[in-house]
Amino acid sequence: MKSFVRRFPRMAIGSAIILAVIAMAATAPIFFPFSPWDMRGSPFEPPGSPDFLLGSDALGRDIAAGIAHGAWVSLMIGGISTMASLGIGVSLGALAGYVGGRVDDAVMRFAEFFQTIPSFLLAILLVAIFRPSIFSIIAAIALVSWPPVARVVRAEFLSLRKREFVQAAEVLGVSHMRVVWQTLLPNALPPVIVLGSLMVANAVLTESALSFLGLGDANWMSWGFLVGSGRSVIRIGWWISVLPGVAIFITVLGLNLLGEGLQTWLNPRLSKRDMP
Amino acid sequence: MSDFTSWWSEETGAQELNGDIRSPASGPSRRALLKAGVAAAAVAPFLMRVDDAIAQGITPKRGGTLTSLLTPEPPVLMIGVNAQGPTLTVVSKIFQPLFTYSPTLDFVPVLAKSWTISDDKKVYTFRLQENVKFHDGQPMTADDVIFSAMKFWMTLSLRARIVFARIEKAEATDPYTVVITLKESYAPFMYGFGGTGFTIVPKHLYDVADLRNNPNNAKPVGTGPFKLVEWQRGSFIRLRRNEDYWKPNQPYLDEIVYRIVPDSQSRAVALQSGQVQLAGGNDIEPFDLPRFQAQSNLSVTLKGWEYYGPLAWIDINKRVKPLDDVRVRRAMSMALDRNFILQKLWFNSGKVATGPMCETTKFYDATVKLPPFDIAAANKLLDEAGHKADGSGIRFTIRHMPLPYGEVWTRLSEYFRASMQKIGINVTMDTTDAGGHTARMAKWDYETSINYIYQVGDANIGLEQYFTSENIRNVAFNNVGGYSNPRVDELLAKSRYATDPAERQKLLSEFQRIAVDDMPYLFLIQMSFPTYTTKRLNNVITTAMGISGDFDDVFLA
Repeated sequence: MKSFVRRFPRMAIGSAIILAVIAMAATAPIFFPFSPWDMRGSPFEPPGSPDFLLGSDALGRDIAAGIAHGAWVSLMIGGISTMASLGIGVSLGALAGYVGGRVDDAVMRFAEFFQTIPSFLLAILLVAIFRPSIFSIIAAIALVSWPPVARVVRAEFLSLRKREFVQAAEVLGVSHMRVVWQTLLPNALPPVIVLGSLMVANAVLTESALSFLGLGDANWMSWGFLVGSGRSVIRIGWWISVLPGVAIFITVLGLNLLGEGLQTWLNPRLSKRDMP
Repeated sequence: MSDFTSWWSEETGAQELNGDIRSPASGPSRRALLKAGVAAAAVAPFLMRVDDAIAQGITPKRGGTLTSLLTPEPPVLMIGVNAQGPTLTVVSKIFQPLFTYSPTLDFVPVLAKSWTISDDKKVYTFRLQENVKFHDGQPMTADDVIFSAMKFWMTLSLRARIVFARIEKAEATDPYTVVITLKESYAPFMYGFGGTGFTIVPKHLYDVADLRNNPNNAKPVGTGPFKLVEWQRGSFIRLRRNEDYWKPNQPYLDEIVYRIVPDSQSRAVALQSGQVQLAGGNDIEPFDLPRFQAQSNLSVTLKGWEYYGPLAWIDINKRVKPLDDVRVRRAMSMALDRNFILQKLWFNSGKVATGPMCETTKFYDATVKLPPFDIAAANKLLDEAGHKADGSGIRFTIRHMPLPYGEVWTRLSEYFRASMQKIGINVTMDTTDAGGHTARMAKWDYETSINYIYQVGDANIGLEQYFTSENIRNVAFNNVGGYSNPRVDELLAKSRYATDPAERQKLLSEFQRIAVDDMPYLFLIQMSFPTYTTKRLNNVITTAMGISGDFDDVFLA
């Protein structure tokens, strides 16, 4: 354990942060057994006041409860949307890389179509069109973030296809599906895992930005919503925006460290260099 | 409130009537002008406001440029063609009405010197000022007034059409006398025939087929104290003193410049630093009110909204169960702390609502009161209505569509949801954009939502369409919630034609009592948009039109 921390300090810090955030999300109903929307006291109580550990917002809602309950929403949206976009990206990337030719061209043009539009603007557009809800937000994030995955998987597939062990499998008459599933995909996965952890961070940020702009699901308390709702009263209560902002910052930092750590861990050459 | 950019509009409600004019021939009628109005006409106190200033030891001073803000930028600067707040703020300096309204909604003469009303309240005779010239030098005469009413406003404004359709004939008995004969007496007539709702345009420039695309719209020619000289789109609008203004030695200001600053924080800085001397309406966000109130070189007033009279309420679709039950609606109303809404969300810019009318609206009845804020009583009422809470404390679930007009409205919806939670009503939010909000209200596709409506002085102009069953229709800003009470229909119809103010008071008092008993809407607050002025600036808010007054007596000390 100690040597793991010494060998992969970033990954250790990153995982510790993410585990803490997950723990906070999981224990939110225990420590704050009420809705984060409840108006539980007087508005604009500063952090450290008897009723509110982290202060209260413009309606007297508990910021600490909002951050704790919001952690779950942020992680859930980050997790599910990343899974979805990995699903899309890996399938399309594998298809393009394995089949090649016109299919490759078609898939890549399709991916470029998404990449040429600024992804956040596209997300705003999608959420606005399909009415803001937790589903439309997840769908929008997934839809705008799959192209890089597809490109990475395609590139891996293109290079792996030429390797002897893949050609050997093909010569032996292994079916296409088995070649993809058992030979290619496991070898293409490490960069995708790294990319995935960074995509979770991106999804958390995108969701926060959407909520900040008022395009969040109004039935779910999220960090971006807290930052946005406190923005207008920042002269009266700085903590309403700042503390959830710090939560976003720490979580995204943790995810990035985790991603970088995973990269060094999964890439032997890099991990040797990282050794003391 | 017909689109995202209009935060107050002459056309609120009426614009959405879709060309439908309430039957002008619905019964014989008579109309009473308020005694106070007649009195005001008799004395014609033009310079009263300036006299007041002199009495306070402030002598009006000539000269100086007033720089103000305008948010958002108007699409066009022509009265009638566009009736949104920012447009009115500017064009009210260029075009003038026959009369305007005092803060108590009595009538103050402007282009009409005086007027008389026949005993049967059907014939209105206006004597016009005789030395009034349009900005192009042509004199203003009775013909212009008649043209403005019967052609210009009838064509362009649906609200004006509702009122002016009651006119049987409009004649000029001499160049400075206009005689308006109504088909039947119509009580709110004077509230539809003045202020920014009816201003005089020059016949010689506007007697064309296509009023909306008249080339003169780009260079408005009116009788007002200021002329439009420059409009740099996206940057500023410059008005200059009308040297041939019909009041001697007025206006006092040389120029008024409206700066268009899209960013709210930049606007606040401009006001704070003194770069602008006047801000109002939508210019400054409500949460900046407390700090500007504390700033010593500024004065802040909530006056000037007596005529528009915006009142916010929660709209309820009364077709949806259990919202059709008056006990449920009363319980919901009792669970809302209006003082909290006013103080914490609107920073005290306004007053709590006591019923369907603003205090400043004519025939407001102060004895009508909403049931007090009482969570326990609200819970009891819901128990009695048979809506028992389940294991998790939920009685039933309703949907709520927030008003997508900015942050404070979102907060209000969140407050509503949290308050309903306290009486076991689960509220799910159903967000949409401004266009979607209007469309869904019109389709009756909502359970609860928020709206604010402009009363424009008289319940029979501003409120009627939200309460009478003939206005249950698929048109937004009408009785979309399906409220129907034959007694209310009868009261409002009678009040429309009643000639005796005492009788109207009786009718409208009963209407207000029933509106509170039936609770078709949860009345929340009487809103007011603060006006911020530097202390050197005088006479800004003198009428019920607020910053949409003509400013001919405004001066920088």
